[in-house]
Amino acid sequence: MSRIICRCEDVTEEEIVEAIHMGFDTLEALKRHLRVGTGPCQGRTCTPLIMGILARETGKKPEELSLPTHRPPTRPLPIGAFAEFAEGDPALEEEP
Amino acid sequence: MSSDKANKMDEPTHKTARLTIRKEELRDRYRVVIIGGGVSGCGLAYALAKMGVTDVLVLERKYLTAGATGRCGGGIRQQWATEENIRLAMGSVKRFEVLADELGYDIEYVQGGYLILNYDEKEDKESKKKVALQNRLGLDSRYISPEEAKEIVPELNTEGVISATFCQTDGHANPFWVTEGYALAARRMGTHIITGVEALGFKIDGRRIASVKTSAGEIGAEVVVNAAGAWSAELARKAGVWLPNKPYRHEILATEPYKHFLDPMIISFSKGIYFSQTKRGEIVGGIGDPHEPSSYNMKSSFRFVERMAREMTKIVPLLKNVNIVRQWAGLYDVTPDARPILGHVPELDNFIQMNGYSGHGFMIGPMVSRLIAELIVYGETKTMPIDTLSVTRFKDMDLSEVESSVVG
Repeated sequence: MSRIICRCEDVTEEEIVEAIHMGFDTLEALKRHLRVGTGPCQGRTCTPLIMGILARETGKKPEELSLPTHRPPTRPLPIGAFAEFAEGDPALEEEP
Repeated sequence: MSSDKANKMDEPTHKTARLTIRKEELRDRYRVVIIGGGVSGCGLAYALAKMGVTDVLVLERKYLTAGATGRCGGGIRQQWATEENIRLAMGSVKRFEVLADELGYDIEYVQGGYLILNYDEKEDKESKKKVALQNRLGLDSRYISPEEAKEIVPELNTEGVISATFCQTDGHANPFWVTEGYALAARRMGTHIITGVEALGFKIDGRRIASVKTSAGEIGAEVVVNAAGAWSAELARKAGVWLPNKPYRHEILATEPYKHFLDPMIISFSKGIYFSQTKRGEIVGGIGDPHEPSSYNMKSSFRFVERMAREMTKIVPLLKNVNIVRQWAGLYDVTPDARPILGHVPELDNFIQMNGYSGHGFMIGPMVSRLIAELIVYGETKTMPIDTLSVTRFKDMDLSEVESSVVG
């Protein structure tokens, strides 16, 4: 039961199961309560595992569970890269 | 697993307390039905419970903090331009300072200060007036030079900075945990909180809402509170009530944890930017877009991250080497004068508004929760008058006191 599920944030299966039974029974609620899926891998490792745990604990089918929104960037990227892009972007030229 | 312990609802222990109730446990009627499970709704539930009123239901259609509360930067600022906002914020900070102990819940509250950078003559002049007003009301804010700003944040690039203001007792906290802390504390006192149930409409009887029609059946109520954030106007319409609030997308990003170097939240009104470093080390912040139209759009744009990255690196150059892990968005519930809408409406006698925060609901949440609880229990507020924040102020469209210090 003390298996680490979210490696980025060190969250165990036991903690996730307890949270689900407290009422944090969606992935988004678990994300906010336990920080699962908010580390550098952004849930790539833990999301499928947590979906399985949620299905098991809530009795819902995996397809009935909602997934979090895919958000950019697809992997961590330095702020400087975006800033450089902004310098050459004509669409931003209208800015004061 | 813990289902046998979770059934003992009346005396839940801290470890196994169930935060939300199940549909089967819903009663037919409550004294107060609060629509919206963000910091407003849960804060109000707690304030009411503290006053002995626990025949209350918080109705949340998704999960707690699904709206703006769970998408915001968590900033808590007292440096406002109007007496009203300053008082609401100062009162809230007094509450934030004792909240973790009171709720028995970590809220990651940090009073690292807010450093507001002035880049043009207009905001430089205005900030002197603002600081004078803030000091008069007892706030420890100061007008400082770019050099003093650099002493507070050595990594700051002060190029273009004319002056700045700083207030040490400003800060930030974890908005999810503040809301959960409120909800759990209220729940332990007997309040009902349910998620995954939506308010679909109302049954009106003369000048009163008789019941709320929900996706789990009809629930009678003596008082209904509209704490639905960006969906407040839409909800009010279902009760035949007019609200001028409009939703606007605001984008935000977070980096991976970085070694701690930034104590204050840095903001600039002219650039519309804010960012801070959380307790965990991530830099979280956003920049406003004057071209953003009103909508319920919560998608992310490339334009945002370009503009944000460009301005962040101008202000703190070392950030160019820090990695962004995620950008997301939320909705500001905006009113014509950027001030909240609190209290009764002219159309009905039992439909109280607690919305329109225009981007600063989290930071004034504790104070507003207390005020609305007082209104419900005593029929009037005790801590501070809120008449000037009634929706009726828009009938005459008096915009003489416009809160100018909105950012993001």
